[in-house]
Amino acid sequence: MEIGGGCTVPSLAELQRRFARALRDPGLPAPLPLRSSSDGRRFDVYRNNVTVSLVDALRSTFPAVHRLVGEEYFAAAARAYISEHPPRSPVLLLYGETFGEFLDRFPSASGAPYLGDVARLEWARMNALHAADAAPTGIDGLSGLPEESLESAALVPHPSLGLVASRWPVVSLWQASVDPGGEVEVDMRKPEQALVVRPALMVEVRRLPPGGAVFVGALLSGCRLGEAVQQAADAAEQFDLAMLLQLIFEAGAVAAVNPI
Amino acid sequence: MNTQTTLPARAGVGLKADHYETILADRPGVGWFEVHAENYMGAGGPPHYYLERIRRDYPLSIHGVGLSIGSGGPLDRAHLERLKTVVGRYEPEAFSEHLAWSTHNHTFFNDLLPLPYTRDSLARVSEHVDQVQQTLGRQMLLENPATYVTFETSTMSEAEFLLDVVERTGCGLLLDINNVYVSATNHRYSPLAYIEAFPLAHVGEIHLGGHAPDKDNDGRDLLIDAHDRAVAEEVWDLYDKTVALSGPLPTLIEWDNEVPQWAVLFDQAAAAQRILNGDRGRVHRAISG
Repeated sequence: MEIGGGCTVPSLAELQRRFARALRDPGLPAPLPLRSSSDGRRFDVYRNNVTVSLVDALRSTFPAVHRLVGEEYFAAAARAYISEHPPRSPVLLLYGETFGEFLDRFPSASGAPYLGDVARLEWARMNALHAADAAPTGIDGLSGLPEESLESAALVPHPSLGLVASRWPVVSLWQASVDPGGEVEVDMRKPEQALVVRPALMVEVRRLPPGGAVFVGALLSGCRLGEAVQQAADAAEQFDLAMLLQLIFEAGAVAAVNPI
Repeated sequence: MNTQTTLPARAGVGLKADHYETILADRPGVGWFEVHAENYMGAGGPPHYYLERIRRDYPLSIHGVGLSIGSGGPLDRAHLERLKTVVGRYEPEAFSEHLAWSTHNHTFFNDLLPLPYTRDSLARVSEHVDQVQQTLGRQMLLENPATYVTFETSTMSEAEFLLDVVERTGCGLLLDINNVYVSATNHRYSPLAYIEAFPLAHVGEIHLGGHAPDKDNDGRDLLIDAHDRAVAEEVWDLYDKTVALSGPLPTLIEWDNEVPQWAVLFDQAAAAQRILNGDRGRVHRAISG
């Protein structure tokens, strides 16, 4: 289609392609055919809205990472992440699923190699917050089973259950960051495994004892109780099944116990 | 088709998580609440817990901010299904979305981006509004945007464009008075002339919000639709003149960033309610006092 001065009118899709490209690349001029009064500063309002709103979304999902690194570093990392991994969905509740992996690779994060794990813990918390609701079951569902059916029983994970295994004291780092006035001691030589679950309205974060992450991981991948115990015992010499079962049922991590 | 909103012609407030507990405890006397659809697209958790309880006692409007109705490409079917789920779950009195686009080639920009007003975009927007109304099985309201740029290629005014969409699809309109004021200032036309040209008979809901002042490269006023502060005096004035023309309409106070204490939002809603009641003088004293 031609108008007035012989300039070609782009289709709506073509116009949006140009507009989107200019939004993502601040080096590009404002896309045509904006009116001449619509100078660069005006187009920059859109660029700014996009970046600021997405940095805000990440800041609200990752408050501990933000506190650990400070605003300047966080904003730089968030901008780089947004540019590399822009949201693919308008539902921003769960935007940032890969922010932890991104931080693992982000060059200037080398002074804090645990940042990625803290981000994974925060994302697991957000995921648990918005997961399906379910009433957890108590340990009596298990203790009531006849002994011969224990091995093959299935502990159905709560829909909100997540697991973050770390080489770092990820739970202590997270706690110290969200509660800076608290008395959390962080021993950097002590790795921690986090269980994350939302039994009702509040998300719970618990440290798992040795073998706990392997055990919970096995349940999450659909293993029967006997198999999960075997894997955990193989992985950790001091694996204490009774203590672990107490912990996971008390946390509300089991939605149902199904005897087979 | 006339606009079929069943929201009461009273002042309502945008519902924020910060205020869930206060609202449940105090049951404040506002006419209705509005939520952003996308904040209720998780499977469960606190947003649904609180909205279910609040919704039992108040009329509800669901406002989408991410459907990208103005996309040159097809609508995101998965997102449309999510909207259908949220609308089915809460059965709101009104559902609205924006005359804007926000997604291109599967990238979501999280901003309401502007459209040229052409036959091409009119056809596209109308097709998408039809698709939304068919999927949801109800009428939707389409909101006028706040814009910072305009297009050389536009062949009609925004008001003409919106009326054409209404005539083609039977949708209703959401008139955002702050957006009118922001766009009119940014593009230097009269906000009142815009309102006078607007098809007010098709308006099912009004929005009022705060804007941030800025300057463009030439030092001219550039207003940003920030939703981070109280409604400006000029916007109250324009609202008052609009209500004089349209009669009372459901009116929302939108405050999405730097969310204040509940009492501040309640006061803004009370000021809107006084204008709806036709008591303008008292409003001016309340605002300036």
